[in-house]
Amino acid sequence: MKSEKNNRAVFLRGMRDGLPIGLGYLAVSFSLGIAARNIGMTALQGFIMSWFGVASAGEYAAMTVIGAAAPYIEMVLVSLIANARYLLMSFALSQRLDPKLSVLHRLLIGYAVTDELFGIAVAQQKPLEPAYSYGSYTVAIPMWAIGTALGVVAGNILPQSIVSALSVALFGMFIAVIIPPAKQNRVVLLFVTLSFAASYAASRLPLISSLSGSARVIILTLVLGAAAAVFFPVKPDETEEADT
Amino acid sequence: MKHNVYIYILIMFAVIYAIRVLPLTLVRKQIKNSFLRSFLYYVPYITLAVMTFPAIIEATQSPIAGAAALVVGIVLAWCGAGLFPVALACCATVFILELFL
Repeated sequence: MKSEKNNRAVFLRGMRDGLPIGLGYLAVSFSLGIAARNIGMTALQGFIMSWFGVASAGEYAAMTVIGAAAPYIEMVLVSLIANARYLLMSFALSQRLDPKLSVLHRLLIGYAVTDELFGIAVAQQKPLEPAYSYGSYTVAIPMWAIGTALGVVAGNILPQSIVSALSVALFGMFIAVIIPPAKQNRVVLLFVTLSFAASYAASRLPLISSLSGSARVIILTLVLGAAAAVFFPVKPDETEEADT
Repeated sequence: MKHNVYIYILIMFAVIYAIRVLPLTLVRKQIKNSFLRSFLYYVPYITLAVMTFPAIIEATQSPIAGAAALVVGIVLAWCGAGLFPVALACCATVFILELFL
């Protein structure tokens, strides 16, 4: 891995890993575009929203605000709640950057901390090389924005079987990120299993299932993460090894 | 009062970007606190796991196809397959199964 000092190679590796994400994004943003069309947004508005938002749940939540013509303050609150998990991800990501990395790089890397792009970034060796993120962003963000615009314009022309198949691409990538560390670290394996179970239970049980999906993700992540940290604290050197 | 869609988008962007960029710019040191370190170490895996299931069985037309994609993905990733092959295999699993289900 040491030979990959070359920024160009790292950028290209980022593009390669960003491609499956971009393909998954096309499918998801396509359906987001359909939702945008339903509230009367134009393809350009959908494109701009996705280009700058780069957030599935966050944008969908924003559309509910726009569709209801709610006050601007509601957009602030809804965006805070729907995207709060990115705060946790960015905290985690901050620990993977070179402490000397410039503010400009930090501002750029922060642009697209999404579930998926964050997922592949944490699968990289520490410290994260900015070129890797830029490579993945260059491929994935335009596909996200274009997919949204296509959804607005083209509506339901893709056969449902294709949409259905493409929709699991994102989850396939999540799986590919969480399984290798779970194989090496029994605590991670335990908590991945607990997370599946708790998430399933939370989607079925009364009260908690009535919360929004993104609120459930926040609550479960906080509770399970805290439990893991209390009962299985990680030694500093252990983190380094388990990360690779 | 009529609201402007572009102002809505601007507000959304400002909030999301602040959420994403503040931790990255303000937290420069390695965190020493053991609880916080451990918490941040586990968070990515837990949050991705929480978002994967049961969402994967709700994303497909047939829940069985989604469940099969989950199993196929886990097995392949466990055997060392990378991001793209795993994602592709999950899509193919759903596509093929839904031809029959």
